[in-house]
Amino acid sequence: MIFHKYANPTRFLKLASLIQPWAAAATVLLFLSGLYFALLASPGDYQQGETVRIMYIHVPAAWMAMFCYTAMAVAAAVGLIWKHPVADLAARATAPIGACFTFLALFTGSLWGKPMWGTWWVWDARLTSVLILFFLYLGYMALANAFDDPARGSKASAILALVGVVNVPVIKFSVDWWNTLHQPASVVKMSGPAIHPSMLIPLILMALAFKAYYIWVLLIRMRAEINEGKIRSLRLRQVHAGQPPDAAGDKITQAVN
Amino acid sequence: MKAFASIVKRDLRLAQRQGMDSLMVVAFFVLAVVLFPFGVGPEASILARISSGVIWVAALLAAMLSLERLFQIDYEDGSLELLALQPVPLEITVLAKITAHWLTTGLPLLIATPLLAIFMNLPGDGFLVLVLTLAIGTPSLSLIGAIGAALILGSRRGGVLLSLLVLPLYIPVLIFGVSAVDGAISGLSVKPHLLIMTGLLVAALPLCPWAGAGAIRQALET
Repeated sequence: MIFHKYANPTRFLKLASLIQPWAAAATVLLFLSGLYFALLASPGDYQQGETVRIMYIHVPAAWMAMFCYTAMAVAAAVGLIWKHPVADLAARATAPIGACFTFLALFTGSLWGKPMWGTWWVWDARLTSVLILFFLYLGYMALANAFDDPARGSKASAILALVGVVNVPVIKFSVDWWNTLHQPASVVKMSGPAIHPSMLIPLILMALAFKAYYIWVLLIRMRAEINEGKIRSLRLRQVHAGQPPDAAGDKITQAVN
Repeated sequence: MKAFASIVKRDLRLAQRQGMDSLMVVAFFVLAVVLFPFGVGPEASILARISSGVIWVAALLAAMLSLERLFQIDYEDGSLELLALQPVPLEITVLAKITAHWLTTGLPLLIATPLLAIFMNLPGDGFLVLVLTLAIGTPSLSLIGAIGAALILGSRRGGVLLSLLVLPLYIPVLIFGVSAVDGAISGLSVKPHLLIMTGLLVAALPLCPWAGAGAIRQALET
């Protein structure tokens, strides 16, 4: 089964180095075209004027914040249930990326809120639940790195990630359940998107660019984590063999490369 | 059931032998609330406005303070391993320990609340609702906190980490607890808030011991 095949980090590394340049190229292309449409070739809003362009960063970042958390929770569950080592790595590597996207969504949202709502921040349900999401990411990262044994950290933080999943539907439906200042969903709706194609196209391009960027950075981070694991086990082997720590420095460089 | 009762009894007896520990939580609760009249000034109307929130936040922090010891002591002296080896499911053991934790911290907080409500000049209409929300809310706090307490076993700097893990998950309980009291003061219906809080408790009751037991299992594995 292909899923188990890539539980082997070496096989995974081969696949990763195959995908990574494509992900990088897709990121660059999508960002260039997306930014062109978003900043130059799309109209301003009839009410919001040019500030509507914040949307092309804010909305994809918010989507990615939730997507990353879901991906992290799924990877964590796979790691817990099948003891899949690469899934554990994926969950760990996703957390900082997701936290950055969440921060970006909150930050651009506050920049957008100031001209539109007249305030940087309101304590409405959508903003509060996204802030909780940000704290959950921070808690996950703190817990994952709080153990001397990284495997323990992965397991403990996987349980935390699964507990935090309750927050994801709360974020999604917060604008429908509560009467909030934040506007309800206008792209993903039963009745089709309530947004003009001239704005929808750049939005979707930017969303795809964010996703490609995520894959790119995820692969880099996972490869770094695997290399870190290799260095750690090499160091341990040296210590057990009684070698001085710097004598095998070259060996480490060789192994990593 | 018998095993459940005997674990609760054991933990209560331990708490009783240690004497002052659960009283210290109440002392923290009272002191934390008493700081506010000094911080924001003793004006009655301001205190009345913020009283429900201050009391709830202080109760939440006090409940969190004692969480670190929920499994840590048993983990360090090895008795947690013996408890896990019992023929009863670990989930039941965890639920029993949570129950004992609530009886030694949540319940004393509840008893101290009316006194603090008077200190904080809480309007009379909110009295009963405040006690009621804390009665429904503090068990949820103990349940959710148990997951955090189980996750930090064997980590570095457990206490600070615990607050980072648990506080975000506490926010929903806090929001509905405070809005119920505020609703009661301004003459609105409190039933929806209380129903949501009860819903949170009912959802936490099976899920939290399950997650907590999972966390303890992986802590004992290594």
